[in-house]
Amino acid sequence: MEKFVKFTGTVAPLDRSNVDTDAIIPKQFLKSIRRSGFGPNLFDEWRYLDQGEPDQDCSNRPINPDFVLNDPRYRHAGILLARDNFGCGSSREHAPWALADYGFKVIIAPSFADIFFNNCFKNGILPIVLKANIIDELFSLASADEPLEILVDLQNQRLTPAGSGAIEFEIEEFRKHCLLEGLDDIGLTLQHSEQIRQFETKRRTKAPWVFLT
Amino acid sequence: MNARTLYDKLWDDHVVRTEQDGTTLLYIDRHLVHEVTSPQAFEGLRLAGRKPWRSGAVIATPDHNVPTKNRSGGISDPVARIQVETLDSNCREFGITEFGMNDVRQGVVHVVGPEQGLILPGMTVVCGDSHTSTHGAMGTLAFGIGTSEVEHVLATQCLIQKKSKSMRVRIDGTLAHGVTAKDIVLAIIGEIGTAGGTGYVIEFAGEAIQSLSMEGRMTVCNMTIEAGARAGIVAVDDKTIDYIKGRSHAPAGEQWDAAEAIWRNLHSDEGAVFDREVVLDASRIAPQVTWGTSPEMVVPVSGRVPDPGREQDATKAEGMRRALDYMGLEAGTPITDIPLDLVFIGSCTNGRIEDLRAAAEIVRGRKVAATISQALVVPGSGLVKAQAEVEGLDKIFTTAGFEWREPGCSMCLAMNADQLKPGERCASTSNRNFEGRQGKDGRTHLVSPPMAAAAAIAGHFVDIREMRGIE
Ligand code: SF4
Repeated sequence: MEKFVKFTGTVAPLDRSNVDTDAIIPKQFLKSIRRSGFGPNLFDEWRYLDQGEPDQDCSNRPINPDFVLNDPRYRHAGILLARDNFGCGSSREHAPWALADYGFKVIIAPSFADIFFNNCFKNGILPIVLKANIIDELFSLASADEPLEILVDLQNQRLTPAGSGAIEFEIEEFRKHCLLEGLDDIGLTLQHSEQIRQFETKRRTKAPWVFLT
Repeated sequence: MNARTLYDKLWDDHVVRTEQDGTTLLYIDRHLVHEVTSPQAFEGLRLAGRKPWRSGAVIATPDHNVPTKNRSGGISDPVARIQVETLDSNCREFGITEFGMNDVRQGVVHVVGPEQGLILPGMTVVCGDSHTSTHGAMGTLAFGIGTSEVEHVLATQCLIQKKSKSMRVRIDGTLAHGVTAKDIVLAIIGEIGTAGGTGYVIEFAGEAIQSLSMEGRMTVCNMTIEAGARAGIVAVDDKTIDYIKGRSHAPAGEQWDAAEAIWRNLHSDEGAVFDREVVLDASRIAPQVTWGTSPEMVVPVSGRVPDPGREQDATKAEGMRRALDYMGLEAGTPITDIPLDLVFIGSCTNGRIEDLRAAAEIVRGRKVAATISQALVVPGSGLVKAQAEVEGLDKIFTTAGFEWREPGCSMCLAMNADQLKPGERCASTSNRNFEGRQGKDGRTHLVSPPMAAAAAIAGHFVDIREMRGIE
């Protein structure tokens, strides 16, 4: 995985709560057996006026001018600002794949759904939780005529909107470490193979029925 | 030892190692796999030259993409076909047991697992699917994971986790006639909200939960994810034990006795402390109907479509307005006045035999309303379908004008051909009423199986507590 250390990007304000993963990437695109190429279909039903199909060329589709990512100010945004419970619903990792493929590296919201939150870290996306009043402020800054640029500094757990003071954010140590180093979880876990094997042997004795299959 | 919650016990039994900050390597006993969230994980294994740690822990079945009719012709959608074939070939390559599309044991993965006795009390269970929470009904710690984690579990049999907080939701008292497990869980979500359970594992307890069948408990745990929680669990009791005994993959003989003795301890200790407690009175729960585009947008069938003008919170009011607009509803409309176009009975929430029986009970001797363009019954698995046919339920449904289909996810997420057209309105026993969930611009109302059945007969919602002849 690519390392995440610092990132500067413009902010797209998506002013909705409970944005679910069905909205982030609709089901018809889940038929793909690849990990990449979901970006053009990110928020497909909100972004385009017609019905999207897998493997379709999206460049000529009619776009919904009211949707935030179709606003010229936000087209090249790398930071998504949203409301409560972002990423709720289905566990599909296609959601962070689509966000990353589009170019989003950071998502800021007052709260995230659990599985989506986890999935972000596996894909080099940094989800940041901030208090609702700070989110409100960021929404008003991001909705100005000039797009808002934010510098995100993971090492120091700080984000700085251009022209304003720095805002601190929390992140679990382990997750931070993995993002900063771009670590592969599986490799890390396999360093403990011996311990897993010992655990498994004990479990086999205690609960042999678990191992019937 | 301190009094422990059921969640504590399940957690403690699976800790391989814990880092100083609490990050834990948790051992996974059972891993369910379906075609949509697994191909990239298997591909990852291949690219890294890795093998599954314990292929016996893994069970696969295709469900999301499979057609629910004319199966003998195979899958006509080429993209879906490739995905299902990819699951078949991955299972062959990695030595994983699969109930393929034409196996009678195939079905929605969360119906198949318990039915096969593959989910046993005390297990940790994962699947690349959020509704894995279903299996908590068997006294397991079960939760959905993303595809990277699917790959992680395949490769290491473990998952990196942090312990959640614990919540107990107690449903006291008894349910009124016609009120089901689905109504309980919708009422809970209405109460705590779709983010109310975020960061928690919820244990469901109380008289009304104990009185539920195992199928009913699965329905409640299934929708724990709609309340935002990591997992839902129910303590083991006689019903759990009876449900599991004799199933294909359950232990037998002496091993059964040993297992049962251990399983009987799978409940929260007296005096165990929860981070949060919620109590609801079962007798006050009415049949529920969602009116909006989030499961928390729910009201009793006797209620009306709510008015955003009365909501204090501006963001919430805006969300309500958007939902009403999407759903094509006016504030103040009585729920029973909402006319429907389609009815869907099925899914991992309500596609089990008991659900079909409850729906058939309502349908028996009646006809689907002329205004309903399609009424579908999609059994949760091939074995549910076979059982229903033995009981003659299929005849009851087809005589009434329902279509009787092959098992799969079907219109729950509309990845296959079973979809709503723009503007169509559906009474559905599934679990998500998100925008576009059942088809672009389709409108979903979540209800219980008997409520869906009654709506099919009447052409609009009816309060089944008052139902006689159905108008
Ligand atoms: S029935 Fe619906 S919710 Fe259940 S696994 Fe299938 S798509 Fe997901």
